[in-house]
Amino acid sequence: MIEIRNINKSFGQRHVLKDISINFERGKTNLIIGESGSGKTVLIKTMVGLITPESGEVIYDGRNFLLMSEKERKDIRKEIGMLFQGGALFDSQTVEENVMFPLMMFTDMSLEERRERANFCLQKVNLPNAHKLYPSEISGGMKKRVAIARAIALNPKYLFCDEPNSGLDPHTSILIDELISEITHEFNMTTIVITHDMNSVLEIGEHVFFIYKGENVWKGSKEDILHPEDKRLRDFVYASKFLQRLLAGQ
Amino acid sequence: MNIFYHIGRYALLISQSFSKPEKGRVFRNQLFAEMESLGIGSLGIVSIISLFMGAVITIQSAFGFESPWIPLYAVGVATRDSIILEFSPTIVSLILAGKVGSSIASEIGTMRVTEQIDALEIMGINSKNHLILPKLLAAVLINPLLIIVSMFLGMTGGFVAGVFTKAVTAHEYIYGIQYQFKAFNISYALVKTIVFAFIITSVSSYHGYYTEGGALEVGKSSTRAVVYSSLVILLFNVLITQILLA
Repeated sequence: MIEIRNINKSFGQRHVLKDISINFERGKTNLIIGESGSGKTVLIKTMVGLITPESGEVIYDGRNFLLMSEKERKDIRKEIGMLFQGGALFDSQTVEENVMFPLMMFTDMSLEERRERANFCLQKVNLPNAHKLYPSEISGGMKKRVAIARAIALNPKYLFCDEPNSGLDPHTSILIDELISEITHEFNMTTIVITHDMNSVLEIGEHVFFIYKGENVWKGSKEDILHPEDKRLRDFVYASKFLQRLLAGQ
Repeated sequence: MNIFYHIGRYALLISQSFSKPEKGRVFRNQLFAEMESLGIGSLGIVSIISLFMGAVITIQSAFGFESPWIPLYAVGVATRDSIILEFSPTIVSLILAGKVGSSIASEIGTMRVTEQIDALEIMGINSKNHLILPKLLAAVLINPLLIIVSMFLGMTGGFVAGVFTKAVTAHEYIYGIQYQFKAFNISYALVKTIVFAFIITSVSSYHGYYTEGGALEVGKSSTRAVVYSSLVILLFNVLITQILLA
């Protein structure tokens, strides 16, 4: 479980995160939704320590991340897997080397064992035949899957996904969503997904948090989100004209 | 104020890159890969430039020394000293600042804008140490070898051009090359080379590491890396020369 308490972050005069407190449950896919520029990525980067907030607490299963020494943070980061918007695969390494990279850095596994683990992770994300390809030789959807394989290579307790569906076609988006949901339940991870894709919300959103202009203004489940009382959330959920017509037809 | 901000941030970045690598074996592999990329990858351009520059220095010296009062072997002396003292360590380093510096800045800059550096940090890896230290050490180790090759090829180019154009005889040129040779000049050249190698890699890494934005900014960082490392090399050239030769 990850708890964040009263997180505040400003960039110059811009107050990006305003006193945000959320509990993210273990074994669930926790979704953070909101418009572009609402502070979702800043929030997730604050949680993993890439951005330091002005105030607040980030607690990983009772351990306060922001009060930790650099060494303690380093240890906890080995329990974190992260999927970046663009995949963030290392261009100079093959798919297999990308997945083996964290194993090479943090375990004493032999090359054979590392290969075996990378193979397992790549099969998990349905990429059994891409080992020797470079990131520049694979599609956007494949990059995302390789990034997921790399993120789960060390068996993390916490998985962060920053807009895993951006730039993907609807079919691949659903595959990625299902994959994230599947590994979350299989490995009992605390998974946090940032998205503004309503399909993802309705597909895998067990716990959904709506961020509006840096504030957490709503929380609920994928079932609740279709009938929101909050106007800001309703405008977000029913932003598409198609859905607006559907809603009016009801 | 701005310049002090950059100097401070640069000093912090470089000092943080000097820490114990996560895995010795990985670091060793990276170091050898960088030595190959920075050193062997630059050998071609350094060789060609050195051969031709040596040739031109010899021809120009012979042209300038057309006097019965100046012995012919002075052409060899002038070529040797020009190459050892200035051309090989400084001019070749400036050329490497263009080739290697832009490559380092764009490589690290691209990793920054595509979140690869963030990915390293989240894995718990000191990205500064992982990305910058192997390049720094590789350049400091391999550049002196490149410069020695450059010196040899520069003087060889001078010999070929001098003899071929009949500006100087082979005997006079070789006598000039050996005449009152000071081994200290080689040490001076190597000290300069090591300092310049450090400047090229560290300044370029700094510009790459703090790239913000996209592809356009990567290009700008690359240009800035070349300009600033060249300027710092020129500044340190004067300082080291004053300290070691004055």
